[in-house]
Amino acid sequence: MELSGDDIFTQFLKDEGVEYIFGYPGGAVLHIYDALFRQDAVKHILVRHEQGATHAADGYARSTGKPGVVLVTSGPGATNAVTGIATAYLDSIPLVVITGQVTSAFIGSDAFQEVDSVGITRPCVKHNFLVKDVKDLAITLKKAFYVATTGRPGPVVVDIPKDITDPHIKIPYEYPESLELRSYKPVVEVQAPQIETAVDALLSAKRPMIYSGGGSVLSNASNELRTFTRQLGYPITQTLMGLGAYPDPDPLNVGMLGMHGTYEANMAMHDCDVLFAVGARFDDRVTGDLEQFCPNAKVIHIDIDPASISKNVHVDIPIIGDVKQVLVELSNAIIASKREPDAKALKNWWKQIKEWSSKDCLRYDRNSALIKPQFVVEKLYEVTGGDAFITSDVGQHQMFAAQFYKFDEPRRWINSGGLGTMGFGLPAAIGTQLGNPDATVACVTGEASIQMCIQELATAFQYSTPIKVINLNNRYMGMVRQWQEFFYESRYSQSYVEALPDFVKLAEAYGHVGIRIEKPEDVEGALKEAFAMKDRLVFMDFITDQKENVYPMIAAGKGHHEMHERELA
Amino acid sequence: MQHIISLLMENESGALSRVAGLFSARGYNIESLTVAPTEDETLSRMTIVTSGSNEIIEQINKQLDKLIDVVKLIDITANGDHIERELMLIKVQADSSEKREEVKRQADIFKGRILDVTDTTYIIELTGEGSKLDGFIKAMDKKDILETVRSGATGITRGETCLKL
Repeated sequence: MELSGDDIFTQFLKDEGVEYIFGYPGGAVLHIYDALFRQDAVKHILVRHEQGATHAADGYARSTGKPGVVLVTSGPGATNAVTGIATAYLDSIPLVVITGQVTSAFIGSDAFQEVDSVGITRPCVKHNFLVKDVKDLAITLKKAFYVATTGRPGPVVVDIPKDITDPHIKIPYEYPESLELRSYKPVVEVQAPQIETAVDALLSAKRPMIYSGGGSVLSNASNELRTFTRQLGYPITQTLMGLGAYPDPDPLNVGMLGMHGTYEANMAMHDCDVLFAVGARFDDRVTGDLEQFCPNAKVIHIDIDPASISKNVHVDIPIIGDVKQVLVELSNAIIASKREPDAKALKNWWKQIKEWSSKDCLRYDRNSALIKPQFVVEKLYEVTGGDAFITSDVGQHQMFAAQFYKFDEPRRWINSGGLGTMGFGLPAAIGTQLGNPDATVACVTGEASIQMCIQELATAFQYSTPIKVINLNNRYMGMVRQWQEFFYESRYSQSYVEALPDFVKLAEAYGHVGIRIEKPEDVEGALKEAFAMKDRLVFMDFITDQKENVYPMIAAGKGHHEMHERELA
Repeated sequence: MQHIISLLMENESGALSRVAGLFSARGYNIESLTVAPTEDETLSRMTIVTSGSNEIIEQINKQLDKLIDVVKLIDITANGDHIERELMLIKVQADSSEKREEVKRQADIFKGRILDVTDTTYIIELTGEGSKLDGFIKAMDKKDILETVRSGATGITRGETCLKL
């Protein structure tokens, strides 16, 4: 088959099985857009800002497990996409981002809409490419998909100068079915001796703790993690990125850990003698003060990325490999060992954990005359029956959603954990809804975050994605305000938003339904009404308690045992 | 401690900046870096001299290995017995007969070669470990040194251990 570069591009996407491409046209990608016009295998989703394209593709990727694909033009198209690329990079999400580039002959001449996209994105991609010859186009795209989706996933940028997609230059095209890169070998054999050592440490534990992260979700290891954890009967805590891989509620699940984790999870981390870290990366929001992190624990760490091992915390027993495969091998090895966990020690350990749990660290004032954000999330959980995809932005509402919505399946909780990108939630919800057309999708957000990508309400209207936006509107950048209250003697420098739009009217202006809820007694009814509108985007503006804080909290640089707790009258 | 890390990389444009970018982004020390093509034109070989605690060196090795363009890597220092060489060209003032004699004598001691002679200057070529080149610089009168250029270290493991595909 003889094809020109622009048709090679669309034909390749079709052959690769790409369903959606999220993008925004511009000069350098016009040949490609013309080729997209000529076909209907790949559906293009027109966003309103390139950041929205990357987040939407990211939400699609997180919720489906398939790579998200983005197409933007050169210069500002590429720079606008950078925040979304970095967001995906920090959370190891597979994206293939195609950026148009000025014609090869103009590269380096400061041409119109020229920017060194490969240079700008280099620090926040798994890898990137500049296509220099149309003959390399198909294989480069194949490499991009391969690198993005294998090993530790991540975003890959392919920069394509305009002349590469010239419709007048035709070359033979064949879909590259497979490829091998001599410099990239993502598949690793699990070392048997490491499995044995780990099993021995696990079964010798008196106060074991399983700490599972986003890797368990990315590796689709949810079933294996459940089997393994229940086989041992050990307590499990999950990171913000890992929620749902192990179900909540569940007797062995002690909740999220870290800065806003539960008292029982953090105390159990601090006191454990064997820490079993699975697909987690010892992020500073999880560990707190590294000097005081799990001071008595022998650390076992499973990770597909060798560079994650002993990066922040010294690991005693590293196991490099795919989480899913390693968990199966560990489960089998435990059975083969014919050994049992130390039942007596475990009983005492659970007794201690139950004592910590009895503190009820997530308690809040349920008699408040103001709407408490936690209450809204609890009701959201009830009204959706726990069966929804929840995306979020960044800040207090993100923590409330993580603490109060109980995720019992992986890939249901979609948030920017690593980069902490405000503006992520709405476009991510659009991508999630497109990838899961029959599912219920809600975006838990705040009035500050939502405004960072609010223009995507138009995209949601265009593609009829019936997302439910839960805007926890406290008129403050809540998490900034909370830190200012705690650490800057309540000097609320620039965290109060003086002028806010009328979100109900704004939603209506975009063609959606808007509802404002101002009293706690109206919360449940409004949610039911909104979720009954199956084919509409409903923007719910909850006017919440302005001064509510997220508890418990470990201040930055403190240990797991040094938590602030809520004091209730 | 100082480590010499050698890598074989795909001979692609931008490969060097991936390595340089990694060092600056993660705050690692880079003391010298050399890169040149190999007998296999698809590969280039890079030698990096860096320093840090064992933990940091381990991270540097892992992060370098993680770069998609890096095909193979060896920490020459950690690997044991190795040969390290650096080339220096040094231009010194030699405008009196005493100075000319002294510089010549020092160059002989350090097994240097005089490459260029003018009425007032000598250019000397020296190869050796970095410390030997440092030693020669110290042996010269500081005010007589007009210019120095050093290649940065390269290295190779002794015996049968090789960095090759």
